[in-house]
Amino acid sequence: MEQFIHDLIGNDLLATIVWCVLPLVFILGYAIVAILAEMKSASWFQDRLGPMRTGPWGIFQPFADVLKLLMKEDIVPARADKILFNLAPVIVFVGAYAAFAVLPFASEYVGADLNLGLFYLIAVSSFGVLGIIMGGWASNNKYSLLGAMRSAAQIVSYEVPSATALLIVAMMVGSLNLQDIITAQSGGFWNWFILGGPKSDVVLASGAVIHADIGNFVFLPLLLATFVIYYLSALAETNRTPFDIPEGESELVGGYHTEYSGMKFGMFFMAEYANMFLVSAVAAVVFFGGWQSPWGITLGEALDIPVLTLLEGVFWTAAKGFFFVFVMMWLRWTLPRLRVDQLMYMCWKVLIPASFALALVVGFIVVIR
Amino acid sequence: MALEPKEIYEKLHAAFPDISIEFDETVPCILVEPMKWKTVALFLRDADDLKFDSLMCLSGVDTADGNLVSVCHLDSMVHRHKLTVKCIVPAEEPKVESVERVWRTADWHEREAYDLIGIEYVGHRDLRRILMPYDWTGHPLRKDYEVPEFYNGIKVPY
Amino acid sequence: MLDNTLTTREEIRDLGLRTEEMVLNMGPQHPSTHGVLRLELVLEGEIIRKVIPHIGYLHRCFEKHAENESYTQVIPYTDRLDYLASINNNHGYALGIERLMGIEVPERVEFIRVIMAELQRIASHLVAIGTYGMDIGAFTPFLYCFRDREHILDVFEKTCGARLLYNYIWIGGVSHDVYPDFVKDVADIVKILRPTIKELNDLLNYNKIFIDRTANIGILPADVAINFGCTGPMLRGSGVDFDLRRDDPYSIYDRFEWEVQVGKGEMGTVGDCWDRHMVRVWEMEESCKIIEQALESFPEGDVQSAIPRRVRPPKGEIYVRVENPRGELGYYIISDGTGTPFRVKGRAPGFSNLSVINEISKGYMVADVVAILGSIDIVLGEIDR
Repeated sequence: MEQFIHDLIGNDLLATIVWCVLPLVFILGYAIVAILAEMKSASWFQDRLGPMRTGPWGIFQPFADVLKLLMKEDIVPARADKILFNLAPVIVFVGAYAAFAVLPFASEYVGADLNLGLFYLIAVSSFGVLGIIMGGWASNNKYSLLGAMRSAAQIVSYEVPSATALLIVAMMVGSLNLQDIITAQSGGFWNWFILGGPKSDVVLASGAVIHADIGNFVFLPLLLATFVIYYLSALAETNRTPFDIPEGESELVGGYHTEYSGMKFGMFFMAEYANMFLVSAVAAVVFFGGWQSPWGITLGEALDIPVLTLLEGVFWTAAKGFFFVFVMMWLRWTLPRLRVDQLMYMCWKVLIPASFALALVVGFIVVIR
Repeated sequence: MALEPKEIYEKLHAAFPDISIEFDETVPCILVEPMKWKTVALFLRDADDLKFDSLMCLSGVDTADGNLVSVCHLDSMVHRHKLTVKCIVPAEEPKVESVERVWRTADWHEREAYDLIGIEYVGHRDLRRILMPYDWTGHPLRKDYEVPEFYNGIKVPY
Repeated sequence: MLDNTLTTREEIRDLGLRTEEMVLNMGPQHPSTHGVLRLELVLEGEIIRKVIPHIGYLHRCFEKHAENESYTQVIPYTDRLDYLASINNNHGYALGIERLMGIEVPERVEFIRVIMAELQRIASHLVAIGTYGMDIGAFTPFLYCFRDREHILDVFEKTCGARLLYNYIWIGGVSHDVYPDFVKDVADIVKILRPTIKELNDLLNYNKIFIDRTANIGILPADVAINFGCTGPMLRGSGVDFDLRRDDPYSIYDRFEWEVQVGKGEMGTVGDCWDRHMVRVWEMEESCKIIEQALESFPEGDVQSAIPRRVRPPKGEIYVRVENPRGELGYYIISDGTGTPFRVKGRAPGFSNLSVINEISKGYMVADVVAILGSIDIVLGEIDR
């Protein structure tokens, strides 16, 4: 893929830039779709129509919203720390964006095929909390500060169960490379980690072999639980309902972004949507076979058309990611919000012990087999 | 057992010989000496056969004849009887003993009567204006009240 | 679960650390103060030490207006007290003047009034339940409630043309007779409402997160509730079996069979937010019962025959109280024998209900204040008058 772009453009520097900007294009396109999806799904859950005026069936509403955000006055509170205030949304967005670098969209399309991909992902995605604290502090508003403190506590806490859940799978693959994790699940949906992982030996790109047989079905309940832990933690990390306490509208007005307006608010907003897709895509990669089709073979491979294989990969990654994004929306419009101490209780007394116990059990089984 | 206002008046009269308590047939209601009202109120609340545990309403009234009245409507959830108690005070020195610690309902209602009528409740722990702005002057529900021209530089009558 | 594990400020101070209380201003512009209420929260971390309510941002001089208008002209002002329960407000005021003047109201008018008042009660409770869900973070039940409230507003609109402020109950009668299909429409609403209540129970009221957020929060003991003058669902949520419709009957409420619902502490302690909330849910069902019975024996007749040509009550005074959706609405009306009231004092249920907030929110967290405030179900229109 990288080679393809180089060949297409000819200029090395330009090609690299295009290569880097591709995920951004994806995020922007995705955000537009996701905003509309959120509005429409919310309205259906709530027995109403949603936006209907801008364009047929309201499809131009997200564009109108983005346009509004762009044209809005950018207000900086008089007593805010201006540098930090302006930097915060950028950092939040960079944190979300940087993580896309290692996300494999297809077998041939991954920004940086790092050996430590999973580790990098976990590390970089918690970078955003820095921006949230900065924004909350710099706004010089008590609501923002409370929101930021809650957010920091929440995101840092939920890093632990989510990372542990991901490590359980990494333990079974024996690699932190995301492509390796996906390769391990090739051959059909029964080999996905959500259903217990590969059922026959798999050879990774590095030449290492994962020994596996039909007995891997013993992992099914364990990995199902792992997935639930991961998904709950992911919800909390992205500040979505029922864990949207940092921006809990009814208590803290807007939480850490109370004082932000215009495109700076837009950056926070986009970072949230990018993060939503990121954690969903990671769930897809780690538990649902990533760019693999559910039945193992792709049309592109069958017809020997590489571009088709690539597009199919992107399609499956996006489709699986979108599905989990949709589940997030579904939860948002169904559930009430937890209180901050209940949230911490759930993390430290339920999810973390459970994830550690799972890690121990899975590790034990992996070793003795 | 529910009692009639007249019977309650007789009980009160017997219990407090040195406090001026009168009975007004027309409403009917009991008139109590304003600065001794709290003692009577405690008795009304706690006596076994009275048990006025709930203060339904406390209103301030300007009778336009130079007097202000603080009117309490009491209800007993135990015995299901009701009573109206009035404290009449001159408008020049409108001091009534606060019953805020007897019925906490009176807390905000007395503040309201103070705010709008200007009755001063002696012994109230937090007698501030409640509905009008804290820096408002005058008591709007007095019959002789005249709307000020300006409030903080804002023209009032529009 | 919460209090005993937290380090208090005093304990921290004993360690030689300097701590400061934070004052957080909630409102007057805040998404969950239900209008323009300002709460001054004294916080220690996120723990509430004191709540100081500041009201009066919506003061519209109802009592001063009343002294300068004729008796009938006051009715539209009563609409605007508790703007979610206009008909109940009209009802109380009209009842007071009728008692002062000694007017006997025709049978049909009484039935219309009771049906309308109960419909209004359901509509008001639907808003209360929906907005409470929204305070807790569940947005969807809110819209479901509004969907069903719409049916009730349609009936009001068909009857008197207005959807929020009706000016419907007049002294001695009602402004318009009901339309021909009224009985059928109202019966249909009752049919629609029953499944709605079940839906609300499934979606919100018995949701684990909702119960966690509301049970054992903001506990209001019965004696405190009575002493603070809390009424309506606030009082009944604390387990006090008291309802003016039954215990101080007015209109024709004594003819119907229904039950007063009280909080039982099913999910936690008696008098917590969940109990107060559920009393409202159960009361909708009871209102349905009253409406059904009233529809069965709905009489014919002229609804305006008892309306006096000139409203000039004899010299005297009266305190009349009715059961509003939010509690005891009282009017203290003094007549000096002329065409305008000498003094009208409105005793708003929300006014006394709100005054208890400092008492029941100490030691809880900021998020709980929202839950407690929502469970009090305030309408600033009647509190500020």
